[in-house]
Amino acid sequence: MIKIFLILQFSLPPLPVSEVVAKDVPNDAGGKIQIEWELSPDDSIIDFYTVFKQKKIEGQWSEPETLTVVRSGTNSLTDTDCKDGVEYRYFVRVSKGEEFSDSPFSNIAMSSAQWFHKKRASVLILLIIIVGLLLYFIQKTRKGEELFIRKIAGLDALDEAVGRSTELGRPLLFVLGLGTIADIPTIAGLSILKRVSKKSAEYETDLIVPCFDPVVFVAAQETVKEGYIEGGRPDLFKEGNVFFLSYDQFGYAAGVDGIMVREKPGAVFLQGYFYAESLILAETGNSIGAIQISGTTAVTQLPFFIAATDYTLIGEEMYAASAYLTKDALSLATIKGEDWVKILLIAVIILGIIFESIAFFTKIPWLHVLKNFFTVV
Amino acid sequence: MIDTIFLWIAAGLTLAIFSFLYKDNPFYKVAEHIYVGSAASFWFLYLWFFDVEPKILGPFKEVFHAYGFWGMWAHFGATQWILFIPIFLSICMLLRFIPPVAWLSRWAIAFTVGMAAGLGITGALQGYIVPQTQATLLPVWSGDLLTSFNNIIIIVATLTTLVYFFFSREHKGIIGGFAKIGITFIMIAFGASFGYTVMARISLLIGRIHFLIFEWLGSLF
Repeated sequence: MIKIFLILQFSLPPLPVSEVVAKDVPNDAGGKIQIEWELSPDDSIIDFYTVFKQKKIEGQWSEPETLTVVRSGTNSLTDTDCKDGVEYRYFVRVSKGEEFSDSPFSNIAMSSAQWFHKKRASVLILLIIIVGLLLYFIQKTRKGEELFIRKIAGLDALDEAVGRSTELGRPLLFVLGLGTIADIPTIAGLSILKRVSKKSAEYETDLIVPCFDPVVFVAAQETVKEGYIEGGRPDLFKEGNVFFLSYDQFGYAAGVDGIMVREKPGAVFLQGYFYAESLILAETGNSIGAIQISGTTAVTQLPFFIAATDYTLIGEEMYAASAYLTKDALSLATIKGEDWVKILLIAVIILGIIFESIAFFTKIPWLHVLKNFFTVV
Repeated sequence: MIDTIFLWIAAGLTLAIFSFLYKDNPFYKVAEHIYVGSAASFWFLYLWFFDVEPKILGPFKEVFHAYGFWGMWAHFGATQWILFIPIFLSICMLLRFIPPVAWLSRWAIAFTVGMAAGLGITGALQGYIVPQTQATLLPVWSGDLLTSFNNIIIIVATLTTLVYFFFSREHKGIIGGFAKIGITFIMIAFGASFGYTVMARISLLIGRIHFLIFEWLGSLF
Protein backbone atom coordinates (compact mmCIF):
# COMPACT_ATOMS: atom_id res chain seq x y z
CA MET A 1 0.00 0.00 0.00
CA ILE A 2 2.79 2.37 0.97
CA LYS A 3 4.65 1.49 -2.22
CA ILE A 4 1.56 2.11 -4.37
CA PHE A 5 1.02 5.40 -2.58
CA LEU A 6 4.63 6.41 -3.25
CA ILE A 7 4.39 5.44 -6.92
CA LEU A 8 1.22 7.46 -7.33
CA GLN A 9 2.47 10.47 -5.38
CA PHE A 10 6.16 10.70 -6.22
CA SER A 11 6.35 9.07 -9.70
CA LEU A 12 8.45 6.13 -8.60
CA PRO A 13 8.96 3.54 -11.33
CA PRO A 14 6.60 0.56 -10.99
CA LEU A 15 8.02 -2.78 -9.89
CA PRO A 16 9.19 -4.89 -12.83
CA VAL A 17 7.75 -8.23 -13.91
CA SER A 18 9.71 -11.34 -12.99
CA GLU A 19 10.46 -14.80 -14.35
CA VAL A 20 10.14 -14.04 -18.03
CA VAL A 21 10.20 -17.45 -19.72
CA ALA A 22 10.32 -18.03 -23.47
CA LYS A 23 9.72 -21.44 -25.02
CA ASP A 24 8.96 -22.95 -28.39
CA VAL A 25 5.22 -23.51 -28.95
CA PRO A 26 4.83 -27.29 -28.88
CA ASN A 27 3.00 -29.37 -31.52
CA ASP A 28 3.09 -26.71 -34.22
CA ALA A 29 4.57 -26.09 -37.63
CA GLY A 30 7.28 -23.82 -36.21
CA GLY A 31 7.74 -20.06 -36.27
CA LYS A 32 6.16 -19.45 -32.85
CA ILE A 33 7.56 -18.78 -29.37
CA GLN A 34 5.43 -18.54 -26.24
CA ILE A 35 6.45 -15.86 -23.69
CA GLU A 36 5.18 -15.99 -20.11
CA TRP A 37 5.96 -13.81 -17.09
CA GLU A 38 4.93 -13.20 -13.50
CA LEU A 39 2.84 -10.05 -13.28
CA SER A 40 4.34 -6.96 -11.69
CA PRO A 41 3.29 -6.58 -8.03
CA ASP A 42 2.03 -3.15 -9.19
CA ASP A 43 -0.14 -4.69 -11.94
CA SER A 44 -3.31 -3.05 -10.63
CA ILE A 45 -1.99 0.51 -11.08
CA ILE A 46 0.26 0.26 -14.16
CA ASP A 47 -0.77 1.43 -17.66
CA PHE A 48 0.53 -1.39 -19.84
CA TYR A 49 3.31 -3.88 -20.53
CA THR A 50 5.59 -3.62 -23.56
CA VAL A 51 7.29 -6.80 -24.71
CA PHE A 52 10.67 -6.37 -26.42
CA LYS A 53 12.39 -8.89 -28.60
CA GLN A 54 16.01 -9.42 -29.61
CA LYS A 55 17.45 -11.91 -32.04
CA LYS A 56 20.98 -13.17 -32.47
CA ILE A 57 22.56 -12.31 -35.80
CA GLU A 58 26.11 -13.54 -36.42
CA GLY A 59 26.75 -13.97 -32.70
CA GLN A 60 25.53 -10.47 -31.76
CA TRP A 61 22.19 -9.53 -30.20
CA SER A 62 20.21 -7.12 -32.33
CA GLU A 63 18.75 -3.85 -31.02
CA PRO A 64 15.59 -4.55 -28.99
CA GLU A 65 12.47 -4.11 -31.06
CA THR A 66 8.94 -3.76 -29.74
CA LEU A 67 7.03 -6.99 -30.16
CA THR A 68 3.72 -5.75 -28.83
CA VAL A 69 2.00 -3.74 -26.12
CA VAL A 70 -0.45 -5.54 -23.83
CA ARG A 71 -2.77 -4.30 -21.12
CA SER A 72 -2.23 -4.88 -17.39
CA GLY A 73 -3.28 -8.32 -16.17
CA THR A 74 -1.76 -10.03 -19.23
CA ASN A 75 0.99 -12.50 -18.42
CA SER A 76 1.58 -14.35 -21.68
CA LEU A 77 1.63 -13.96 -25.43
CA THR A 78 2.79 -15.79 -28.52
CA ASP A 79 5.37 -14.35 -30.88
CA THR A 80 4.21 -15.63 -34.27
CA ASP A 81 6.94 -13.92 -36.28
CA CYS A 82 9.96 -16.12 -35.53
CA LYS A 83 12.35 -17.85 -37.84
CA ASP A 84 13.07 -21.48 -36.98
CA GLY A 85 16.65 -22.05 -35.78
CA VAL A 86 17.26 -18.39 -34.84
CA GLU A 87 17.88 -17.53 -31.17
CA TYR A 88 15.55 -15.01 -29.55
CA ARG A 89 15.29 -13.46 -26.10
CA TYR A 90 12.70 -11.13 -24.62
CA PHE A 91 12.18 -8.65 -21.80
CA VAL A 92 9.05 -6.92 -20.55
CA ARG A 93 8.76 -3.21 -19.71
CA VAL A 94 6.21 -2.07 -17.16
CA SER A 95 4.96 1.47 -17.78
CA LYS A 96 3.13 3.89 -15.52
CA GLY A 97 2.91 7.36 -16.99
CA GLU A 98 6.44 8.47 -17.87
CA GLU A 99 8.00 5.97 -15.47
CA PHE A 100 8.92 2.44 -16.42
CA SER A 101 11.03 -0.49 -15.30
CA ASP A 102 12.42 -3.39 -17.31
CA SER A 103 12.51 -7.07 -16.43
CA PRO A 104 15.68 -9.15 -16.81
CA PHE A 105 16.07 -10.95 -20.13
CA SER A 106 14.22 -14.19 -20.63
CA ASN A 107 16.03 -17.41 -21.39
CA ILE A 108 17.14 -17.86 -25.00
CA ALA A 109 14.51 -19.65 -27.10
CA MET A 110 14.33 -21.04 -30.61
CA SER A 111 11.22 -21.99 -32.53
CA SER A 112 11.03 -25.30 -34.35
CA ALA A 113 8.50 -27.41 -36.21
CA GLN A 114 7.35 -30.77 -34.86
CA TRP A 115 6.65 -33.80 -37.01
CA PHE A 116 3.97 -35.12 -34.68
CA HIS A 117 1.18 -33.37 -32.81
CA LYS A 118 1.31 -35.39 -29.62
CA LYS A 119 -2.18 -34.31 -28.57
CA ARG A 120 -3.57 -35.99 -31.68
CA ALA A 121 -2.15 -39.42 -30.88
CA SER A 122 -5.68 -40.84 -30.62
CA VAL A 123 -6.29 -39.97 -34.28
CA LEU A 124 -3.10 -41.77 -35.34
CA ILE A 125 -3.87 -44.85 -33.24
CA LEU A 126 -7.45 -45.03 -34.54
CA LEU A 127 -6.17 -44.61 -38.09
CA ILE A 128 -3.71 -47.50 -37.63
CA ILE A 129 -6.52 -49.69 -36.22
CA ILE A 130 -8.85 -48.81 -39.12
CA VAL A 131 -6.19 -49.49 -41.75
CA GLY A 132 -5.28 -52.75 -39.95
CA LEU A 133 -8.91 -53.91 -39.91
CA LEU A 134 -9.43 -53.00 -43.55
CA LEU A 135 -6.30 -54.85 -44.63
CA TYR A 136 -7.35 -57.86 -42.54
CA PHE A 137 -10.77 -58.11 -44.18
CA ILE A 138 -9.39 -57.46 -47.65
CA GLN A 139 -6.98 -60.34 -47.06
CA LYS A 140 -9.87 -62.52 -45.90
CA THR A 141 -11.97 -61.82 -49.00
CA ARG A 142 -8.98 -62.54 -51.20
CA LYS A 143 -8.90 -65.98 -49.65
CA GLY A 144 -12.46 -66.45 -50.89
CA GLU A 145 -14.61 -65.64 -47.88
CA GLU A 146 -18.02 -64.25 -48.89
CA LEU A 147 -19.17 -61.10 -47.14
CA PHE A 148 -22.74 -60.05 -46.52
CA ILE A 149 -24.19 -56.56 -46.97
CA ARG A 150 -27.67 -55.70 -45.77
CA LYS A 151 -30.46 -54.42 -47.98
CA ILE A 152 -30.40 -50.67 -48.73
CA ALA A 153 -33.79 -49.67 -50.17
CA GLY A 154 -32.55 -46.54 -51.92
CA LEU A 155 -29.95 -48.45 -53.89
CA ASP A 156 -32.36 -51.25 -54.80
CA ALA A 157 -34.61 -48.60 -56.30
CA LEU A 158 -31.95 -47.35 -58.75
CA ASP A 159 -32.73 -49.94 -61.42
CA GLU A 160 -36.45 -49.53 -60.86
CA ALA A 161 -36.16 -45.76 -61.40
CA VAL A 162 -34.21 -46.19 -64.64
CA GLY A 163 -36.74 -48.79 -65.84
CA ARG A 164 -39.70 -46.56 -65.02
CA SER A 165 -38.15 -43.63 -66.83
CA THR A 166 -37.52 -45.80 -69.88
CA GLU A 167 -41.16 -46.95 -69.90
CA LEU A 168 -42.29 -43.33 -69.80
CA GLY A 169 -39.89 -42.44 -72.60
CA ARG A 170 -38.30 -39.73 -70.53
CA PRO A 171 -34.61 -39.02 -69.83
CA LEU A 172 -32.82 -39.47 -66.50
CA LEU A 173 -31.44 -36.50 -64.60
CA PHE A 174 -28.43 -36.95 -62.31
CA VAL A 175 -27.44 -34.04 -60.05
CA LEU A 176 -24.10 -34.29 -58.24
CA GLY A 177 -24.72 -31.32 -55.96
CA LEU A 178 -22.35 -28.51 -55.10
CA GLY A 179 -19.45 -30.61 -53.83
CA THR A 180 -16.02 -30.48 -55.41
CA ILE A 181 -14.08 -33.54 -56.48
CA ALA A 182 -12.29 -33.29 -53.11
CA ASP A 183 -15.55 -34.06 -51.27
CA ILE A 184 -16.11 -37.72 -50.45
CA PRO A 185 -19.93 -37.52 -51.06
CA THR A 186 -19.19 -36.35 -54.62
CA ILE A 187 -16.91 -39.33 -55.16
CA ALA A 188 -19.63 -41.62 -53.77
CA GLY A 189 -22.12 -39.87 -56.07
CA LEU A 190 -19.85 -40.62 -59.04
CA SER A 191 -19.88 -44.34 -58.20
CA ILE A 192 -23.70 -44.26 -58.21
CA LEU A 193 -23.60 -42.26 -61.46
CA LYS A 194 -21.57 -45.05 -63.04
CA ARG A 195 -24.26 -47.59 -62.19
CA VAL A 196 -27.04 -45.31 -63.46
CA SER A 197 -25.19 -44.59 -66.70
CA LYS A 198 -24.59 -48.32 -67.23
CA LYS A 199 -28.31 -49.00 -66.78
CA SER A 200 -29.16 -46.02 -68.95
CA ALA A 201 -27.01 -47.53 -71.73
CA GLU A 202 -28.67 -50.94 -71.33
CA TYR A 203 -32.17 -49.41 -71.44
CA GLU A 204 -31.18 -46.91 -74.17
CA THR A 205 -32.40 -43.96 -72.13
CA ASP A 206 -30.85 -40.50 -72.22
CA LEU A 207 -28.95 -39.39 -69.14
CA ILE A 208 -28.53 -35.68 -68.39
CA VAL A 209 -25.85 -34.59 -65.90
CA PRO A 210 -25.60 -30.83 -65.25
CA CYS A 211 -22.49 -30.05 -63.18
CA PHE A 212 -21.67 -27.31 -60.71
CA ASP A 213 -17.91 -27.76 -60.45
CA PRO A 214 -15.67 -27.81 -63.55
CA VAL A 215 -13.46 -30.64 -62.26
CA VAL A 216 -16.48 -32.70 -61.21
CA PHE A 217 -17.85 -32.09 -64.71
CA VAL A 218 -14.74 -33.66 -66.26
CA ALA A 219 -14.91 -36.60 -63.83
CA ALA A 220 -18.65 -37.03 -64.50
CA GLN A 221 -18.06 -37.09 -68.25
CA GLU A 222 -15.43 -39.81 -67.84
CA THR A 223 -17.68 -41.77 -65.47
CA VAL A 224 -20.70 -41.69 -67.78
CA LYS A 225 -18.54 -42.66 -70.75
CA GLU A 226 -17.21 -45.66 -68.81
CA GLY A 227 -20.75 -46.59 -67.74
CA TYR A 228 -21.92 -46.59 -71.36
CA ILE A 229 -18.92 -48.72 -72.35
CA GLU A 230 -19.71 -51.20 -69.53
CA GLY A 231 -23.34 -51.18 -70.60
CA GLY A 232 -22.23 -52.26 -74.06
CA ARG A 233 -23.52 -49.14 -75.82
CA PRO A 234 -20.67 -46.59 -76.14
CA ASP A 235 -22.38 -45.32 -79.30
CA LEU A 236 -25.26 -43.96 -77.19
CA PHE A 237 -22.98 -41.75 -75.07
CA LYS A 238 -23.72 -38.10 -75.77
CA GLU A 239 -20.90 -35.88 -74.54
CA GLY A 240 -23.19 -32.83 -74.57
CA ASN A 241 -25.56 -34.43 -72.06
CA VAL A 242 -22.92 -34.11 -69.34
CA PHE A 243 -22.21 -30.40 -69.11
CA PHE A 244 -21.00 -27.60 -66.87
CA LEU A 245 -23.96 -25.45 -65.85
CA SER A 246 -22.93 -22.80 -63.33
CA TYR A 247 -20.50 -22.25 -60.48
CA ASP A 248 -23.08 -20.20 -58.59
CA GLN A 249 -25.26 -22.01 -56.05
CA PHE A 250 -28.64 -20.56 -56.97
CA GLY A 251 -27.71 -20.04 -60.60
CA TYR A 252 -27.14 -23.79 -60.67
CA ALA A 253 -30.41 -24.45 -58.83
CA ALA A 254 -32.33 -22.21 -61.27
CA GLY A 255 -30.70 -23.95 -64.22
CA VAL A 256 -31.43 -27.48 -62.93
CA ASP A 257 -35.04 -26.48 -62.17
CA GLY A 258 -35.36 -25.22 -65.73
CA ILE A 259 -34.05 -28.53 -67.09
CA MET A 260 -36.49 -30.44 -64.88
CA VAL A 261 -39.58 -28.58 -66.05
CA ARG A 262 -38.57 -28.57 -69.73
CA GLU A 263 -37.04 -32.04 -70.16
CA LYS A 264 -39.43 -33.67 -67.67
CA PRO A 265 -37.08 -36.51 -66.60
CA GLY A 266 -38.75 -39.71 -65.41
CA ALA A 267 -36.18 -40.19 -62.65
CA VAL A 268 -34.11 -37.66 -60.77
CA PHE A 269 -31.01 -38.67 -58.81
CA LEU A 270 -29.74 -36.15 -56.28
CA GLN A 271 -26.49 -37.68 -55.11
CA GLY A 272 -23.63 -35.67 -53.63
CA TYR A 273 -23.14 -32.76 -51.29
CA PHE A 274 -25.95 -30.23 -51.18
CA TYR A 275 -26.59 -26.95 -49.44
CA ALA A 276 -29.64 -24.67 -49.33
CA GLU A 277 -30.69 -25.56 -52.90
CA SER A 278 -31.61 -29.13 -51.89
CA LEU A 279 -35.29 -28.46 -51.24
CA ILE A 280 -35.67 -26.30 -54.36
CA LEU A 281 -34.36 -29.18 -56.49
CA ALA A 282 -36.26 -31.93 -54.65
CA GLU A 283 -39.57 -30.01 -54.71
CA THR A 284 -39.28 -29.26 -58.44
CA GLY A 285 -38.50 -32.92 -59.11
CA ASN A 286 -41.53 -33.85 -57.07
CA SER A 287 -43.75 -31.40 -58.96
CA ILE A 288 -42.96 -33.00 -62.33
CA GLY A 289 -43.82 -36.45 -60.98
CA ALA A 290 -40.33 -37.94 -61.32
CA ILE A 291 -39.25 -40.82 -59.12
CA GLN A 292 -36.51 -39.30 -56.99
CA ILE A 293 -33.58 -40.98 -55.24
CA SER A 294 -31.52 -38.67 -53.09
CA GLY A 295 -28.40 -39.15 -51.02
CA THR A 296 -26.12 -36.82 -49.12
CA THR A 297 -24.04 -36.55 -45.99
CA ALA A 298 -25.14 -32.94 -45.38
CA VAL A 299 -27.03 -33.36 -42.10
CA THR A 300 -28.93 -30.09 -42.53
CA GLN A 301 -30.20 -31.05 -46.00
CA LEU A 302 -31.15 -34.67 -45.33
CA PRO A 303 -34.51 -33.72 -43.73
CA PHE A 304 -35.55 -31.99 -46.95
CA PHE A 305 -34.61 -34.98 -49.06
CA ILE A 306 -36.47 -37.32 -46.72
CA ALA A 307 -39.55 -35.09 -46.98
CA ALA A 308 -39.51 -34.49 -50.73
CA THR A 309 -37.96 -37.54 -52.42
CA ASP A 310 -39.01 -41.18 -52.72
CA TYR A 311 -35.81 -42.77 -51.42
CA THR A 312 -32.97 -41.24 -49.44
CA LEU A 313 -29.50 -42.56 -48.78
CA ILE A 314 -28.58 -41.25 -45.35
CA GLY A 315 -24.93 -40.39 -44.79
CA GLU A 316 -22.83 -43.53 -44.80
CA GLU A 317 -25.38 -45.44 -46.88
CA MET A 318 -24.03 -43.39 -49.78
CA TYR A 319 -20.51 -44.60 -49.06
CA ALA A 320 -21.73 -48.19 -49.00
CA ALA A 321 -23.26 -47.70 -52.46
CA SER A 322 -20.17 -48.71 -54.39
CA ALA A 323 -19.86 -52.00 -52.48
CA TYR A 324 -23.60 -52.64 -52.61
CA LEU A 325 -23.98 -52.04 -56.32
CA THR A 326 -20.88 -53.83 -57.55
CA LYS A 327 -20.68 -56.53 -54.82
CA ASP A 328 -16.98 -56.22 -55.45
CA ALA A 329 -15.00 -58.18 -52.83
CA LEU A 330 -12.59 -55.33 -52.10
CA SER A 331 -15.38 -52.82 -51.48
CA LEU A 332 -17.31 -55.31 -49.34
CA ALA A 333 -14.20 -55.88 -47.25
CA THR A 334 -13.99 -52.15 -46.51
CA ILE A 335 -17.65 -52.17 -45.38
CA LYS A 336 -16.91 -55.08 -43.06
CA GLY A 337 -13.81 -53.32 -41.72
CA GLU A 338 -15.81 -50.13 -41.08
CA ASP A 339 -18.42 -52.13 -39.16
CA TRP A 340 -15.70 -53.52 -36.92
CA VAL A 341 -14.45 -49.99 -36.30
CA LYS A 342 -17.99 -49.11 -35.17
CA ILE A 343 -18.04 -52.12 -32.85
CA LEU A 344 -14.70 -51.00 -31.43
CA LEU A 345 -15.99 -47.45 -30.91
CA ILE A 346 -19.15 -48.76 -29.19
CA ALA A 347 -16.95 -50.83 -26.84
CA VAL A 348 -14.71 -47.82 -26.12
CA ILE A 349 -17.71 -45.57 -25.50
CA ILE A 350 -19.31 -48.08 -23.09
CA LEU A 351 -16.00 -48.47 -21.23
CA GLY A 352 -15.55 -44.69 -21.14
CA ILE A 353 -19.08 -44.20 -19.77
CA ILE A 354 -18.37 -46.71 -16.98
CA PHE A 355 -15.05 -44.98 -16.18
CA GLU A 356 -16.62 -41.51 -16.17
CA SER A 357 -19.55 -42.64 -14.01
CA ILE A 358 -17.21 -44.20 -11.43
CA ALA A 359 -14.93 -41.15 -11.61
CA PHE A 360 -17.88 -38.90 -10.77
CA PHE A 361 -18.37 -40.66 -7.44
CA THR A 362 -14.78 -41.62 -6.56
CA LYS A 363 -12.93 -38.57 -8.05
CA ILE A 364 -10.08 -40.87 -9.10
CA PRO A 365 -8.20 -38.85 -11.78
CA TRP A 366 -6.87 -41.76 -13.88
CA LEU A 367 -10.43 -42.85 -14.67
CA HIS A 368 -10.57 -39.92 -17.12
CA VAL A 369 -7.90 -41.70 -19.17
CA LEU A 370 -10.21 -42.40 -22.15
CA LYS A 371 -11.78 -38.95 -22.10
CA ASN A 372 -8.33 -37.36 -22.09
CA PHE A 373 -7.07 -39.73 -24.78
CA PHE A 374 -9.86 -38.70 -27.15
CA THR A 375 -9.43 -34.99 -26.48
CA VAL A 376 -7.82 -33.58 -29.61
CA VAL A 377 -6.60 -30.02 -29.96
CA MET B 1 -31.19 7.65 -61.67
CA ILE B 2 -28.85 4.67 -62.06
CA ASP B 3 -29.95 3.40 -58.63
CA THR B 4 -33.59 3.50 -59.74
CA ILE B 5 -32.77 1.51 -62.88
CA PHE B 6 -30.94 -1.18 -60.86
CA LEU B 7 -33.78 -1.23 -58.31
CA TRP B 8 -36.28 -1.96 -61.09
CA ILE B 9 -34.02 -4.62 -62.61
CA ALA B 10 -33.63 -6.31 -59.20
CA ALA B 11 -37.37 -6.18 -58.52
CA GLY B 12 -38.20 -7.41 -62.02
CA LEU B 13 -35.80 -10.35 -61.77
CA THR B 14 -37.10 -11.22 -58.27
CA LEU B 15 -40.68 -11.32 -59.58
CA ALA B 16 -39.58 -13.27 -62.67
CA ILE B 17 -37.96 -15.93 -60.45
CA PHE B 18 -41.01 -16.02 -58.15
CA SER B 19 -43.23 -16.55 -61.23
CA PHE B 20 -41.81 -20.10 -61.38
CA LEU B 21 -44.08 -20.87 -58.41
CA TYR B 22 -46.98 -20.66 -60.89
CA LYS B 23 -45.31 -22.53 -63.76
CA ASP B 24 -42.42 -22.34 -66.20
CA ASN B 25 -42.80 -19.19 -68.30
CA PRO B 26 -40.77 -16.84 -70.54
CA PHE B 27 -40.07 -14.40 -67.67
CA TYR B 28 -38.56 -17.17 -65.58
CA LYS B 29 -36.55 -18.38 -68.59
CA VAL B 30 -35.08 -14.90 -69.11
CA ALA B 31 -34.22 -14.51 -65.42
CA GLU B 32 -32.74 -18.02 -65.29
CA HIS B 33 -30.52 -17.44 -68.31
CA ILE B 34 -29.38 -14.04 -67.04
CA TYR B 35 -28.59 -15.63 -63.68
CA VAL B 36 -26.65 -18.57 -65.12
CA GLY B 37 -24.79 -16.36 -67.62
CA SER B 38 -23.89 -13.61 -65.17
CA ALA B 39 -22.83 -16.19 -62.58
CA ALA B 40 -20.48 -17.78 -65.12
CA SER B 41 -18.81 -14.45 -65.91
CA PHE B 42 -18.70 -13.47 -62.23
CA TRP B 43 -17.02 -16.72 -61.19
CA PHE B 44 -14.60 -16.60 -64.10
CA LEU B 45 -13.43 -13.15 -62.99
CA TYR B 46 -13.50 -14.14 -59.32
CA LEU B 47 -11.33 -17.23 -59.87
CA TRP B 48 -8.97 -15.28 -62.09
CA PHE B 49 -8.44 -12.38 -59.69
CA PHE B 50 -8.53 -14.33 -56.41
CA ASP B 51 -6.90 -17.64 -57.43
CA VAL B 52 -5.01 -17.68 -60.73
CA GLU B 53 -3.60 -14.15 -60.66
CA PRO B 54 -2.40 -13.93 -57.02
CA LYS B 55 -1.60 -17.59 -56.36
CA ILE B 56 -0.19 -18.79 -59.68
CA LEU B 57 0.98 -15.76 -61.63
CA GLY B 58 1.77 -13.47 -58.68
CA PRO B 59 4.87 -15.31 -57.37
CA PHE B 60 6.37 -15.33 -60.89
CA LYS B 61 5.58 -11.69 -61.65
CA GLU B 62 8.00 -10.20 -59.11
CA VAL B 63 10.93 -12.34 -60.26
CA PHE B 64 10.03 -11.67 -63.89
CA HIS B 65 9.95 -7.91 -63.38
CA ALA B 66 13.26 -7.98 -61.50
CA TYR B 67 15.29 -10.27 -63.78
CA GLY B 68 13.39 -10.59 -67.07
CA PHE B 69 12.27 -13.81 -68.72
CA TRP B 70 15.69 -15.42 -69.22
CA GLY B 71 17.14 -14.23 -65.90
CA MET B 72 14.21 -15.22 -63.69
CA TRP B 73 14.81 -19.00 -63.88
CA ALA B 74 18.02 -18.77 -61.87
CA HIS B 75 16.21 -16.80 -59.15
CA PHE B 76 13.24 -19.09 -58.61
CA GLY B 77 12.85 -20.29 -55.01
CA ALA B 78 10.77 -23.10 -53.55
CA THR B 79 7.67 -20.85 -53.81
CA GLN B 80 7.99 -20.69 -57.59
CA TRP B 81 9.18 -24.26 -58.29
CA ILE B 82 6.38 -25.89 -56.30
CA LEU B 83 3.85 -24.03 -58.43
CA PHE B 84 4.90 -26.03 -61.47
CA ILE B 85 2.98 -29.02 -60.03
CA PRO B 86 -0.46 -27.30 -60.08
CA ILE B 87 0.44 -25.62 -63.39
CA PHE B 88 1.24 -29.02 -64.91
CA LEU B 89 -2.01 -30.50 -63.57
CA SER B 90 -3.99 -27.51 -64.85
CA ILE B 91 -2.48 -27.95 -68.31
CA CYS B 92 -3.42 -31.65 -68.12
CA MET B 93 -7.03 -30.60 -67.47
CA LEU B 94 -7.00 -28.20 -70.42
CA LEU B 95 -5.69 -30.95 -72.69
CA ARG B 96 -9.24 -32.35 -72.73
CA PHE B 97 -9.79 -30.03 -75.67
CA ILE B 98 -7.18 -31.96 -77.70
CA PRO B 99 -8.68 -35.44 -78.25
CA PRO B 100 -5.41 -37.41 -78.84
CA VAL B 101 -4.05 -36.34 -75.43
CA ALA B 102 -7.39 -35.81 -73.63
CA TRP B 103 -6.61 -38.83 -71.43
CA LEU B 104 -3.97 -36.75 -69.62
CA SER B 105 -6.78 -34.90 -67.82
CA ARG B 106 -7.33 -38.12 -65.85
CA TRP B 107 -3.97 -37.56 -64.14
CA ALA B 108 -5.20 -34.31 -62.66
CA ILE B 109 -8.49 -35.89 -61.57
CA ALA B 110 -6.70 -38.91 -60.10
CA PHE B 111 -4.34 -36.63 -58.16
CA THR B 112 -7.23 -34.57 -56.76
CA VAL B 113 -9.38 -37.58 -55.85
CA GLY B 114 -6.44 -39.37 -54.20
CA MET B 115 -5.48 -36.25 -52.27
CA ALA B 116 -9.10 -35.72 -51.20
CA ALA B 117 -9.53 -39.31 -50.04
CA GLY B 118 -6.33 -39.15 -48.01
CA LEU B 119 -7.21 -35.84 -46.43
CA GLY B 120 -10.81 -36.98 -45.95
CA ILE B 121 -9.81 -39.94 -43.76
CA THR B 122 -7.75 -37.92 -41.29
CA GLY B 123 -10.19 -35.01 -41.52
CA ALA B 124 -13.17 -37.23 -40.66
CA LEU B 125 -11.29 -38.87 -37.80
CA GLN B 126 -10.03 -35.62 -36.34
CA GLY B 127 -13.11 -33.54 -37.07
CA TYR B 128 -15.96 -35.95 -36.42
CA ILE B 129 -15.21 -39.41 -35.08
CA VAL B 130 -12.75 -38.63 -32.28
CA PRO B 131 -14.57 -35.49 -31.00
CA GLN B 132 -17.94 -37.30 -31.14
CA THR B 133 -16.49 -40.25 -29.22
CA GLN B 134 -14.97 -37.90 -26.66
CA ALA B 135 -18.25 -36.00 -26.28
CA THR B 136 -20.13 -39.26 -25.62
CA LEU B 137 -17.89 -40.32 -22.74
CA LEU B 138 -20.24 -38.92 -20.12
CA PRO B 139 -21.19 -40.08 -16.63
CA VAL B 140 -24.66 -41.61 -16.44
CA TRP B 141 -25.26 -39.68 -13.23
CA SER B 142 -23.79 -36.19 -13.02
CA GLY B 143 -25.40 -34.98 -9.79
CA ASP B 144 -28.18 -33.14 -11.59
CA LEU B 145 -31.33 -34.86 -12.88
CA LEU B 146 -31.71 -32.87 -16.12
CA THR B 147 -28.01 -33.10 -17.06
CA SER B 148 -28.02 -36.84 -16.32
CA PHE B 149 -31.13 -37.29 -18.50
CA ASN B 150 -29.42 -35.33 -21.26
CA ASN B 151 -26.29 -37.47 -20.93
CA ILE B 152 -28.33 -40.68 -21.21
CA ILE B 153 -30.06 -39.41 -24.37
CA ILE B 154 -26.69 -38.54 -25.94
CA ILE B 155 -25.25 -41.95 -25.03
CA VAL B 156 -28.24 -44.01 -26.23
CA ALA B 157 -28.66 -41.95 -29.42
CA THR B 158 -24.97 -42.22 -30.36
CA LEU B 159 -24.74 -45.97 -29.69
CA THR B 160 -28.00 -46.92 -31.44
CA THR B 161 -27.25 -44.66 -34.41
CA LEU B 162 -23.92 -46.43 -34.79
CA VAL B 163 -25.82 -49.75 -34.80
CA TYR B 164 -28.18 -48.43 -37.52
CA PHE B 165 -25.17 -47.93 -39.77
CA PHE B 166 -24.04 -51.57 -39.50
CA PHE B 167 -24.07 -52.88 -43.05
CA SER B 168 -22.59 -56.35 -42.68
CA ARG B 169 -25.40 -57.63 -40.44
CA GLU B 170 -29.11 -57.95 -41.22
CA HIS B 171 -31.20 -55.61 -39.08
CA LYS B 172 -32.98 -58.39 -37.19
CA GLY B 173 -33.24 -59.40 -33.53
CA ILE B 174 -31.30 -57.24 -31.05
CA ILE B 175 -29.42 -55.42 -33.79
CA GLY B 176 -32.74 -54.69 -35.52
CA GLY B 177 -34.21 -53.34 -32.28
CA PHE B 178 -31.24 -51.06 -31.63
CA ALA B 179 -31.25 -49.95 -35.29
CA LYS B 180 -34.93 -48.98 -34.97
CA ILE B 181 -34.17 -46.87 -31.90
CA GLY B 182 -31.22 -45.39 -33.84
CA ILE B 183 -33.32 -44.40 -36.88
CA THR B 184 -35.93 -42.92 -34.52
CA PHE B 185 -33.28 -40.67 -32.98
CA ILE B 186 -32.02 -39.77 -36.47
CA MET B 187 -35.53 -38.80 -37.58
CA ILE B 188 -36.13 -36.72 -34.43
CA ALA B 189 -32.86 -34.88 -35.11
CA PHE B 190 -33.87 -34.36 -38.75
CA GLY B 191 -37.28 -33.06 -37.67
CA ALA B 192 -35.65 -30.48 -35.42
CA SER B 193 -33.18 -29.56 -38.15
CA PHE B 194 -36.04 -29.27 -40.68
CA GLY B 195 -37.96 -26.83 -38.51
CA TYR B 196 -34.87 -24.79 -37.74
CA THR B 197 -33.82 -24.54 -41.40
CA VAL B 198 -37.35 -23.73 -42.61
CA MET B 199 -37.39 -20.82 -40.19
CA ALA B 200 -34.12 -19.58 -41.69
CA ARG B 201 -35.54 -19.91 -45.23
CA ILE B 202 -38.67 -18.01 -44.25
CA SER B 203 -36.49 -15.19 -42.99
CA LEU B 204 -34.85 -15.13 -46.48
CA LEU B 205 -38.31 -14.93 -48.07
CA ILE B 206 -39.26 -12.13 -45.69
CA GLY B 207 -36.07 -10.33 -46.78
CA ARG B 208 -37.10 -10.53 -50.45
CA ILE B 209 -40.68 -9.47 -49.76
CA HIS B 210 -39.40 -6.61 -47.62
CA PHE B 211 -37.25 -5.54 -50.57
CA LEU B 212 -40.23 -5.65 -52.96
CA ILE B 213 -42.65 -3.83 -50.67
CA PHE B 214 -40.49 -1.26 -48.95
CA GLU B 215 -37.61 -0.62 -51.35
CA TRP B 216 -39.23 -1.14 -54.73
CA LEU B 217 -42.89 -0.25 -54.13
CA GLY B 218 -41.79 2.24 -51.47
CA SER B 219 -39.84 4.14 -54.13
CA LEU B 220 -43.00 4.49 -56.22
CA PHE B 221 -45.20 6.09 -53.58
